[in-house]
Amino acid sequence: MSNVLLAFEKIAFAYDANGKTVLNELSLEVEQNTVTAILGPNGVGKTTLLHLALGWRVPQRGRVLLDGKPLNTYSRRELGQWIGLVPQYEHVSFDYSLLEYVLLGRAPYLKPLSMPGRKDTELAAEALKTVGMADMMHRRVTALSGGERQLVLLARALTQQPRLLLLDEATSHLDLSNKLRLMDVVQNLTHEGITVVLTTHEPEVAASIASHLVLMRAGKVEHSGPIEEEFTGERLTVTYGVPVEVSEVSGRLIALWGHENLHRKRNRDGQ
Amino acid sequence: MSFLNQSIVKPPERKHPGLQASPERLLLVLLVVMVGVFMFSLFLGRYPKLGLMSFQRLAEDDLARRLMFNLRLPRLITALLLGMSLSAAGNVFQMIFSNPLVEPGFLGVSQGAAFGAALSIIVLGSSAAGTQTSALMFAFIGLGSSYLLAQRIRFGGWVLRLVLSGIVISALFSSGLGVLKYIADPLSQLPEITFWLLGSLAHVTWPDVRNIFIPVLLGLLVIYRMRWRLNLLSLDDTISFSLGVAPGRERTLLLVAAVAVTAAVVSVAGMVGWVGLMVPHLARRLFGANARYTTTGSMLIGGTFAMLSDGIARTLLTGEIPLGILTSLIGALLFIFLMISQNVRVTE
Repeated sequence: MSNVLLAFEKIAFAYDANGKTVLNELSLEVEQNTVTAILGPNGVGKTTLLHLALGWRVPQRGRVLLDGKPLNTYSRRELGQWIGLVPQYEHVSFDYSLLEYVLLGRAPYLKPLSMPGRKDTELAAEALKTVGMADMMHRRVTALSGGERQLVLLARALTQQPRLLLLDEATSHLDLSNKLRLMDVVQNLTHEGITVVLTTHEPEVAASIASHLVLMRAGKVEHSGPIEEEFTGERLTVTYGVPVEVSEVSGRLIALWGHENLHRKRNRDGQ
Repeated sequence: MSFLNQSIVKPPERKHPGLQASPERLLLVLLVVMVGVFMFSLFLGRYPKLGLMSFQRLAEDDLARRLMFNLRLPRLITALLLGMSLSAAGNVFQMIFSNPLVEPGFLGVSQGAAFGAALSIIVLGSSAAGTQTSALMFAFIGLGSSYLLAQRIRFGGWVLRLVLSGIVISALFSSGLGVLKYIADPLSQLPEITFWLLGSLAHVTWPDVRNIFIPVLLGLLVIYRMRWRLNLLSLDDTISFSLGVAPGRERTLLLVAAVAVTAAVVSVAGMVGWVGLMVPHLARRLFGANARYTTTGSMLIGGTFAMLSDGIARTLLTGEIPLGILTSLIGALLFIFLMISQNVRVTE
């Protein structure tokens, strides 16, 4: 029995039928209970890949398999129960309380005309507790900082009780403490049977929480595999087209990037 | 990891923008108020003199009974349905378009209905049934053309395209209406067009109620039953999709319901402005953002507001004040009050 949860098979995708191909002959397998980080420069198709996994975008060629079955064999509600999404940013138009907002994550479990009940509310409160915001549940979402909002979006996705969680650049705009908190929560999800796929352009985020790494370039997967094998200066240099060195400091992998002149100059200026 | 808990910077606590009572209790209060206003309005009038009609007169005076049950009651029911429909539809539109400044007629519906009514007055002459049918028909033509145009626009997201098309189609019908007013007979047709455009329930009879009752009830039922899902539809489509929603399908269903109730009441009452824009804001002020409560709240507040406005319209002066003038006046004043009072946001 295969333990592949999500598979892309020879995907070709363009937003406009006659336009530029965003993804080309892309194949990738994501194993169950792993944290897979997709790394690559801006505009390489990372978000598109997540939208394909979600079923929101449909590839022109190739197919996406979830648990061995094509995405289009799942109903809308089933997919909502399977896959959760934490977007990079979300505009909130109305003044919801945190609890009301996180409760929306229960939607895929409710019948079309029914509304969340006590059990759903408990789950939502639980998720807010997981991200450390239990004491803020009656606050307004619009009053939160960007970083706190991101944690609320994570809580909503957890309320969805997904088997697969997609995070799209979820750490990009967070300060260090919120970033740490989010990464802590995400890292622990695999213990609860949740498989995580995240896109990021921060190599450190990938290095610290991912078990697997996917390097993308020009609409294709260049390399994929366990993080220890893939997270090398050589690979990252090719992926980003900038000199990258990987070092180990206190047992952690860190990526040093840019050419030496830049950093020397900064040092001199600082003196 | 105890330092994590301290590291979250807490913004200053904002006061809850509503009352602290439970939403269910508040809804019950609004329902009681609405029923109270209904009963009060039924007895209020200018027969035989300004004031409330006594039970004794009702028992003895045949004219009083006929007045109450053949004139006031259908008119009152229509006012109730009108307020509920416009407000509920306004809430649907504001949620679906994630924009607190839209109102139920903006997708070409109101201007379409106005054009249809004026066209019928000029071509068919003064026939209530003709005016209503034509208004209803052109309301849907307005919506349909906005929708088709939005599909053909080659840029922007779906919501932006719909809003743009709505504006353009409304402008087309509005200029068409200008032409009709220009060629209308200034002595007979023009006053009638103007009267219709100002909105009034003065000529509502039982057959009118019968015509709109079923579609309005069905539409309101759809909106009421799907009220929690309006929250989901206020999110970006990608997000609502990820939450298991079929955004396109559910949005269309709610839009059709909202336009159907709007078109139905507008066809008998004419242009009654500001109810659909203002009442949802008032509801959000009381209940917060959750459409589970604001939808029901909008219906109750809207029904009450329309009955009160119509009460003023028919009793304040010996002549009839067009309802649309009153709702716009009171609505706009209330809106100003909402905007400058604390803790209310009109945008974001």
